[in-house]
Amino acid sequence: MARISGVDLPRNKRGVIGLTYIFGIGKSSAQSILDKAGIPADLKVQDWTDDNILDITRIIQADYLVEGELRSERQMDIKRLMDIGCYRGIRHRKGLPLRGQRTRTNARTRKGRKKTVANKKKATK
Amino acid sequence: MARSVKKGPYVFHKLMKKVEKARANKKKTVIKTWSRSSMIIPDMVGQTIAVHNGKTFVPVFITENMVGHKLGEFSPTRTFKGHSGNRK
Repeated sequence: MARISGVDLPRNKRGVIGLTYIFGIGKSSAQSILDKAGIPADLKVQDWTDDNILDITRIIQADYLVEGELRSERQMDIKRLMDIGCYRGIRHRKGLPLRGQRTRTNARTRKGRKKTVANKKKATK
Repeated sequence: MARSVKKGPYVFHKLMKKVEKARANKKKTVIKTWSRSSMIIPDMVGQTIAVHNGKTFVPVFITENMVGHKLGEFSPTRTFKGHSGNRK
């Protein structure tokens, strides 16, 4: 059971993929972590030795911002934008896309599920 | 694409002159400008700059956090208050 920086423990996956279950570590940073620790990328997570896990933990703690810390930093960045009242901050407040996308249609990721407005009865001709 | 570092941040030269003058005079006057694309530089911190939004000048008090943003970001050009049916 590999438990690295908090709550993460995927088994029977290749090391590179397993590490990506940590928030803040994608494929390329997973690869470079394993390179630094000198562990083959194809080695399954369950086959890691305790020393391997220790090495990985140390590397992540030293060089990477992951999980809670990364989340809170992201929140702080958003909060800063909202506090200074710039355009992007206002868009964050309103829950609309920030980068000039159209909002007449789409933008559902930011706006959430469609809220249907009771539309006027179509006049029969 | 990001602007090349060699050139430094873009600030409209007339605005730059006004900012320098205000700093020299140590006065807190409101500087009017149309230059929405000018970058906010550390020299402007603590001053109030009225940024045109196409209709009126919106006074913006510059704080340290704003450095690196453009003036126009603080002066919204559109007014949308929501649809008629929307309560909340």
